[in-house]
Amino acid sequence: MFEIGLAQYLTVAAILFTLGVFGIFLNRKNVIIIMMSIELILLAVNLNLVAFSSFLNDLVGQVFAMFILTVAAAEAAIGLAIVVVFFRNRGTIAVEEISQLKG
Amino acid sequence: MITALIFYMFAAILVASGVMVISARNPVHSVLFLILCFFNAAGLFLLLGAEFLAMVLVVVYVGAVAVLFLFVVMMLDINVAELRAGFLQYLPTGALIGVILLAELLAMFGGWAFAPDVEAIVQHQIPAVGHVTNTEALGRLLYTDYAYLFQASGVLLLIAMVGTILLTLRRREGVRKQKVADQIARTGRNSVEIRKVPTGGGI
Repeated sequence: MFEIGLAQYLTVAAILFTLGVFGIFLNRKNVIIIMMSIELILLAVNLNLVAFSSFLNDLVGQVFAMFILTVAAAEAAIGLAIVVVFFRNRGTIAVEEISQLKG
Repeated sequence: MITALIFYMFAAILVASGVMVISARNPVHSVLFLILCFFNAAGLFLLLGAEFLAMVLVVVYVGAVAVLFLFVVMMLDINVAELRAGFLQYLPTGALIGVILLAELLAMFGGWAFAPDVEAIVQHQIPAVGHVTNTEALGRLLYTDYAYLFQASGVLLLIAMVGTILLTLRRREGVRKQKVADQIARTGRNSVEIRKVPTGGGI
């Protein structure tokens, strides 16, 4: 219990990942909360990578976590830009309304 | 002992603020709890010895991404009540899937162990404490072995920036904007005129 090993970190990351997935189901109409849930999922993945990197004594995991941070930042920027443009055109961000994107 | 207590504090606040992110009524509160989440994750990273990533998490995530979220949430005039309709309707399905997912993940962690020859696959050892800092070790690795991937992630950020600007830029009619090219192209010849004014007469 008071010996913090890899299992504790993985458990926290698993709970965080589940919360992210749960958040997507719970807030199916609000696309901004869905994007925040995706951020939570990516944070959980990063926590896993850094935990494995630390406990395996391998630095590559942290390099990979940094690339994930990059991708997450790009994803958030593009996603929020799309939300802003959509809100400007339609006046709402409800997910069911987003059907005009299909080909 | 102290490490364990600090770990449990960070982990508890992390999970609690994660719960608040997905369940807060007001999206602004969600973003603020997301920021709390990132700070606590940075604390966990520090405990794991990844100082640079912890600082990057605070600077990039809290300073850029979360503030961007906050900016968008406050800029858009969202009807929160309308978006929260059906919240309870989706709760059972979501809870079911979440519980199943968590149970599967935890079951996997229960019956799991490192392979005996795991030391052989370690590619770049973390240098011992006191020799080089985590930041320096990461930089040495990133600028040598992973230089191409590092460049690629830079290109990715550039593309994201161009895409974001392209998406949100709009030209509106009837707005007086500075035309830099026209201003620079002006010369003395076509903007100043010298006239001889006769004495006692006007122009």
